[in-house]
Amino acid sequence: MPLLTPQRPTEGAHTHSAATMVPDQSRAERTASFEVDAFPVPHGREEEWRFTPVDRLGTFFRDEATGECLTWEENLPEGVTVSTLPVADWQALGVPAPQDRAAAVAAAHSGGVALVDVPAEAELTEPVRLRLTGGEQGLVHGHVTVRVGRFAKATVLLEHDGTADYSEVLTVLAGDGSDVTLVSVQEWDDASRHLGQHDVVVGRDARVRHIAVTLGGGVVRLNTNATYAGPGGSFEGLGVYFADAGQHLEHRLFVDHEAPHCRSNVEYKGALQGETARTVWVGDVLIRAAAEGTDTYELNRNLLLTDGARADSVPNLEIETGEIEGAGHASATGRFDDEQLFYLMARGIPEDEARRLVVRGFFASVVGRIGVPEVQERLMEAIERELAGGAA
Amino acid sequence: MSTLEIKDLHVTVETEQGTKEILRGVTLTIESGQTHAIMGPNGSGKSTLAYSIAGHPKYTVTSGTVTLDGEDVLAMSVDERARAGVFLAMQYPVEVPGVTVSNFLRTAKTAVSGEAPKLRTWVKDVKDAMGNLRMDPAFAERNVNEGFSGGEKKRHEILQMELLRPKFAVLDETDSGLDVDALRIVSEGVNRAKESTGSGVLLITHYTRILRYIRPDFVHVFVDGRIAEQGGPELAERLEAEGYDRFLPATTEA
Repeated sequence: MPLLTPQRPTEGAHTHSAATMVPDQSRAERTASFEVDAFPVPHGREEEWRFTPVDRLGTFFRDEATGECLTWEENLPEGVTVSTLPVADWQALGVPAPQDRAAAVAAAHSGGVALVDVPAEAELTEPVRLRLTGGEQGLVHGHVTVRVGRFAKATVLLEHDGTADYSEVLTVLAGDGSDVTLVSVQEWDDASRHLGQHDVVVGRDARVRHIAVTLGGGVVRLNTNATYAGPGGSFEGLGVYFADAGQHLEHRLFVDHEAPHCRSNVEYKGALQGETARTVWVGDVLIRAAAEGTDTYELNRNLLLTDGARADSVPNLEIETGEIEGAGHASATGRFDDEQLFYLMARGIPEDEARRLVVRGFFASVVGRIGVPEVQERLMEAIERELAGGAA
Repeated sequence: MSTLEIKDLHVTVETEQGTKEILRGVTLTIESGQTHAIMGPNGSGKSTLAYSIAGHPKYTVTSGTVTLDGEDVLAMSVDERARAGVFLAMQYPVEVPGVTVSNFLRTAKTAVSGEAPKLRTWVKDVKDAMGNLRMDPAFAERNVNEGFSGGEKKRHEILQMELLRPKFAVLDETDSGLDVDALRIVSEGVNRAKESTGSGVLLITHYTRILRYIRPDFVHVFVDGRIAEQGGPELAERLEAEGYDRFLPATTEA
């Protein structure tokens, strides 16, 4: 078995047409391909697009290069390098294939992959910082791969801001026994649109944490997929999002357990504020027959701060073996609790401060798990700003 | 010396069957340092009185007044009432996930006193008050009421009364769900708080047993949304012997 085993179901074996929509029998049947033509332009009724405003995303599906780039700032700890890799060489690394048309287009037309290399056994004490800033250029195809060598320990902080249409493929290859934290922060301006496919390949006995923090952007849709290259791996997927009026923030996760004795744990929490605020969370977990000893849990919570906001939350769990440690999921979406507000106010705490306490409390568990202090602090500050903005 | 004055208070609540009048003209005056026990059968409106004084949005005051040293309490928001010196110990304290007891207490104390408490004395005050209520110090780092036992919730309410030092404390069935030991510890806490601050206390209870530990100056029997009889502590003893039956004529609305 090769070190990295991408899931590549037979191309063409499963195609959608508008006339005959047959639901997938298994999450494993979803198309994955490096060929753009393997994916028809979505019309919005497909399972994987049904929550997304595809009518606002036409340019993302066009099979052509744009030549545009985001401004790229990097801050690399000693030993970490960034180089450009031809797309063909990237495919030869055995990376997971794109799983939708936007990702296939981005992978094909990026012009090259920015490869961030953390050497084997390196123990970084400072995060690798990458800041990608949009400047109102045309559609950008972004292609980043983070490769962490065996037994290395690294935190990568990937920040997105400015105004952009950004179609992204991000691949994280975590070597055997490595300990990797990748934080992707979306602080785009309101006009921005961002579609991303994040693939995390967890090496044998590696521990990988993927953290999505999505606060800004008109449409943001991140598909995060985790696969395991060997037994004993652990994947943690954490997410925090805060949608205001006019924002569509979508996070989809797919944890594909094929190797035995691996763990996954997903926790996403989101708040919504404003008439047209919209969030989507889809968490798919597949435990294949070979994945004995799997332990998985996923959780999504949404807090509706105002009327008119809408949160969709869809956990899916598919289990093909009974020989597992544990598998579960939980999802709940609730309104702001007036009884909590009354309790705090009855202790003299003014309403706006009481609301802040409750919302901070709501996010506290997941923010506390991030484990990168500067991200935690900035995030709590950003949440405070979001709340202050909503009170106006 | 402060006075909490309730005059001819009428309160309604919206139910599925329409608007229902729960309080039908309650008049009651409490001075600093006094303890008034309000006793009555279930459904007589005792808790409604407590929540109406605190300003819960579920209850609508249709007529009457509540004043604190002449200030119109009913015109104040919930937090303003608390800052004016009214405290409600709730029968069912609410869980606030992600907010620690220590953060909550400090935030409340800051709000009520209008300035942040001095760190060193505050930490000592909290520690002493928790010790007096036999609360484990680890309690301070737990989330407010989350996973608390019934007894822990009530101790936490009285802890707040001791630390926030209100002018008037309304204790809504603080004794319900407590075993004898917990009842004694909680009652001692109330007596301590009362002694150190001179608070007036409105003690709402279904049972007389808490009155063995907290001696009332006045006892009011609440039936069908108003005070049916009042007297001194001897009235509680009589209720203990006779029950509420004589206050419940066959014509009482369900």
